[in-house]
Amino acid sequence: MTALLTIIVLVLVAIAIWQMTKIFELSQPNTDNSQIASDKDNKLNGYLMFGFLAFIYVLTIYSLWKWGGVVLGTPASEHGKDYDNLMLISLVLIFIVQFITQALLHYFAYKYRGEKGKKALFFADNDKLEFIWTIIPVIVLAALILYGLYTWTTVMDVSEDDDPIVIELYAQQFNWKARYAGQDNVLGDANVRLIDMDKANILGLDESDPNGQDDIISTTEIHIPVGRKVLFKMRSQDVLHSAYMPHFRAQMNCVPGMITQFAFTPTVTTEEMRQDPGIVEKYKNINKLRAENAQEVLDRGQEVNVEFDYILLCNKICGKSHYNMQMKIVVETEEEYKEWLSQQKTFGESLQ
Amino acid sequence: MSATAHDHGHHHKETFISKYIFSLDHKMISKQYLITGLIMGFIGIAMSLLFRMQIAWPGESFPVFEALLGKWAPDGVMDADIYLALVTMHGTIMVFFVLTAGLSGTFSNLLIPLQIGARDMASGLLNMISYWLFFLSSVVMVISLFVEAGPAAAGWTIYPPLSALPMAQGGSGAGMTLWLVSMAIFIASSLLGSLNYIVTVLNLRTKGMSMTRLPLTIWAFFITAIIGVVSFPVLLSAALLLIMDRSFGTSFFLSDIFIQGEVLHYQGGSPVLFEHLFWFLGHPEVYIVILPAMGIVSEVMATNARKPIFGYRAMIASILAIAFLSTIVWGHHMFVSGMNPFLGSVFTFTTLLIAIPSAVKAFNWITTLWKGNLQFNVGMLFSIGMVSTFITGGLTGIILGDSALDINVHDTYFVVAHFHLVMGISAIYGLFAGVYHWFPKMFGKMMNKNLGYVHFWLTAIAAYGVFFPMHFVGMAGLPRRYYQNTAFPMFDDLTDIQVVMTSFALLAGLAQLVFVYNFIHSIFYGKKATQNPWDATTLEWTTPVEHIHGNWPGEIPEVHRWAYDYSKTNENGEYVIAGQDYVPQTVPLQPNEEELNH
Repeated sequence: MTALLTIIVLVLVAIAIWQMTKIFELSQPNTDNSQIASDKDNKLNGYLMFGFLAFIYVLTIYSLWKWGGVVLGTPASEHGKDYDNLMLISLVLIFIVQFITQALLHYFAYKYRGEKGKKALFFADNDKLEFIWTIIPVIVLAALILYGLYTWTTVMDVSEDDDPIVIELYAQQFNWKARYAGQDNVLGDANVRLIDMDKANILGLDESDPNGQDDIISTTEIHIPVGRKVLFKMRSQDVLHSAYMPHFRAQMNCVPGMITQFAFTPTVTTEEMRQDPGIVEKYKNINKLRAENAQEVLDRGQEVNVEFDYILLCNKICGKSHYNMQMKIVVETEEEYKEWLSQQKTFGESLQ
Repeated sequence: MSATAHDHGHHHKETFISKYIFSLDHKMISKQYLITGLIMGFIGIAMSLLFRMQIAWPGESFPVFEALLGKWAPDGVMDADIYLALVTMHGTIMVFFVLTAGLSGTFSNLLIPLQIGARDMASGLLNMISYWLFFLSSVVMVISLFVEAGPAAAGWTIYPPLSALPMAQGGSGAGMTLWLVSMAIFIASSLLGSLNYIVTVLNLRTKGMSMTRLPLTIWAFFITAIIGVVSFPVLLSAALLLIMDRSFGTSFFLSDIFIQGEVLHYQGGSPVLFEHLFWFLGHPEVYIVILPAMGIVSEVMATNARKPIFGYRAMIASILAIAFLSTIVWGHHMFVSGMNPFLGSVFTFTTLLIAIPSAVKAFNWITTLWKGNLQFNVGMLFSIGMVSTFITGGLTGIILGDSALDINVHDTYFVVAHFHLVMGISAIYGLFAGVYHWFPKMFGKMMNKNLGYVHFWLTAIAAYGVFFPMHFVGMAGLPRRYYQNTAFPMFDDLTDIQVVMTSFALLAGLAQLVFVYNFIHSIFYGKKATQNPWDATTLEWTTPVEHIHGNWPGEIPEVHRWAYDYSKTNENGEYVIAGQDYVPQTVPLQPNEEELNH
């Protein structure tokens, strides 16, 4: 059935293309066979250029209206606000420049469409004009670069001054594990050469390092308290992965043989985010779509009705199940976090 | 093309093999590059349609999958491994085989000797070897599609350790070996070609053809060749070191790896080193792709606007600036690689600087249209289309080039949308503009303009239809190279955008069939071309329609002016040559005429 429908669609499109060629042909005097654009071609394509400008604008507006809601929404980290601000400024700038330059390009194409006997203007150079459109980008970019670099230093602040919670994100094909530094807030030494599956030393912790004894390994969820800086140290045991936490505007690669770092302060708990108007709207829509395809969703082994959750994704191609490498992140109050943490076993306990 | 070409003597009698296969003639070699490039392009685009279908309709069964992918699509459902392989091979083929060799190889070979007034390339033999190495590398790459464990599937950037360890991924076995071998041959081909282009431009210009009288096409090809010579060897060394790690147990890029229950012996290497080496070529590579397209667009646009290109010297200066900057911005691909954040600041600075020469180029093209007498030949449409997509795609570069903003859109569909518009679609438009414009010169025939119009307008609409909505998917946080996005409920509301994009992609694919038909049909049954169909000023249109060895039957013409004397008038306001709105480069300056090449 699908095959038949595909064939029908293909045939219809082929007919449409043939008809379009006919239209172009009919628009020309039948004696002309030079295959060089005639006045009629110039006129038709000039109008089409103007139409194409309208198409670009309509596509832009339609996309913003129809799909503007799918973007990430409220940032959930402290630097996320700076990030979104810089993004907004850049986007506004882009839309303004896009609006003007596309208008000029396509309007000129329409306005100056060729006609026999028309004289083009010999206009080879103008220092003043060129100076203007060199200097304006220079000024705008200088401002953007400065603001960008200022934001970058905020984003990349991995100092341990504010006594951050230290958590290791450990990547492997195709899942995540998290290791909390425990009471002493110092991660014990580890190396993949020390992995010992028999003793459940899955992250290769150095069993003789006292710093590691109180470390806590979570294989299911990451819990972090709201309002306190978290310093993530990333490791990978096999190939490159990338720890991507889009709601926090955070990403860092996990590189075998090297520890990489990223820090942020979460500002919105999971519960609060579920009340966020944008998120409520988005998940209403998502649940509606899931209900429409309920059988398919159930076949995948998922619940039909879902709630918002922060998520850690893998964002560096890592093999077959790259598309399904994830871990749930829960942002909660300090008390809830402590409560959760106290229920976890330490590395020292799990060895016994 | 026909026997009359042989009447002009000064060469030996040719056999079929020496004329069509192991030809030393740059015009034939250019056609060989074009046709090989187009065939590779056909394969590359077909792959993208397959994986776009999987993205829009995840897990759906299609008979076409089963027919084309065989064991990789049991019951017509695409397998995750082959999805990654298709994505990888699409990128590799389009970037290197179509837009580097297909675009640069074709037009550098065709136009450098013809537009500078030379009888052939500096070394015809090197030129022939360059093509045949390219052909060989294409064959090896295509063969790699058929190996047992699957073709390379680590992304076109082939980052180790994924690309180095067959146990990490099936495609990292024989498929990756062939990929590396093919690329090594490809790089040798590219270097031979580039050296030839550089030497030819520097040494074989005809009398009067100073550097400031060169058409912008030649400037673009010349600078592109220099970037290639500077950066391709670095990729070669990266590939060789990766081969060493894979086959001889060295540890250049690998360290501390535990996979499938065992610790590997690698110690002390770093994948980040590979990233630096790869992008040291990889970033200049996008300019290797786009600069020739820019040169072609400048040339085609001036000719069809019947106006000089605006700001000729500024155009050359911006090519030089882009070329220089392109070699010191590679780090913007690595903002989240774990390299020092200070380096990120430096690369943000250099990257955003590239926007300045790019803006100058865009404004100069727009001004070239102003008060012109625009002839909408198909090449002209693609040139205007290129400026449009270059602006749309280029603007989002100020987001991705800004390290602070890159953090959250890095490796998402936002990046895919950006680079497809700014260097994929734009470079393909440049390629099409060149093919439509110089088809009469290459094949002595005209292409059908009506089919060309249909081809352009369908492609133009479809290209925006695919890549504009894609920005939203990226801003929703969807990573690229996901086989399907059903594992995350947060992406469920992206399904309808994916379907829209895939539908436009299928339309774009169909539109290319119009081109294929037009191209093949016109070679055999097209209307015979006249010597100078577009009334252009440059030297290639002073050669006879029938190709001959040595290009000009008699003396090589002497050049007296730049390439852009369109609609130039004398003090009485009349055209310099009465009744003709262009002055060929071979016409000496008239009394009282000033040479105005700015």
